[in-house]
Amino acid sequence: MSLVTGTELVPKSYFVNRALLVEYANASGDQNPIHQNEEFAKSVGLSDVIAHGMLTMGLAAKYLSEIKGSQAVKEFSAKFIKPVVVPKEQNVELVVSGVIGEISEGLAKVDLTVTCDGVKVLGNSKGVIKVG
Amino acid sequence: MLNPDLIGHTFKGESAVLISQDSINRFAAVLGETNTEVAPPTYSISITLNQSQKLLQDSGLDWARVVHGEQKFEIKRPIVAGDSLICSSTIESHRVVAGNEIVSVRSDLNSGSELVVSTWSTLVVRA
Repeated sequence: MSLVTGTELVPKSYFVNRALLVEYANASGDQNPIHQNEEFAKSVGLSDVIAHGMLTMGLAAKYLSEIKGSQAVKEFSAKFIKPVVVPKEQNVELVVSGVIGEISEGLAKVDLTVTCDGVKVLGNSKGVIKVG
Repeated sequence: MLNPDLIGHTFKGESAVLISQDSINRFAAVLGETNTEVAPPTYSISITLNQSQKLLQDSGLDWARVVHGEQKFEIKRPIVAGDSLICSSTIESHRVVAGNEIVSVRSDLNSGSELVVSTWSTLVVRA
């Protein structure tokens, strides 16, 4: 696929559940109990267990990787603006979409939008991928 | 509260972290990534999170109250199995907003003299 500035990429859904949070905790080393233990999450004022912000960002990076491969990803940044709540026995859907921005010197900017229940969970989510 | 004298200070890790294929495989599997020849773009967080906590343990930063605010990666080249990476963490800025501390930490991963990945984490220490 040749990329052109303004191209809207096909949105994709990624699903997050409690089992995935445990797998991510083990793979990343982030064992903060707010991502696994409902009682603990509630004790610190959260409504329920929340996903690791970096899991959400990791899935968005997977979306970015699908454009030209994970080797092509040169930069990626995001702000964690809203927690992704993961209730027991539910598959929570994250929808990722992207628009190709400026392309110069073999690098393309990509603006990503990541939503959960129609609400943005990452802010200012931008990637740079190698296209040349 | 973070010791303000440490702003601008770099803490360099003493020992390298050896990257195993297994750790890349497990990280990739969680994200549904089937290419495991290189580590996924956000894999470095699994090194820098732990390393920067160790390096900054005497900084006054209250890790128990830390919430991740923002994250940025600059990937010079993808991490691969067999890499031996040294983490250096620098406290770039610190401010207090409505009682919450906002700390920006840059962590670089180097293989010898080669910079492999730079990361920036904005950490919010809740009041």
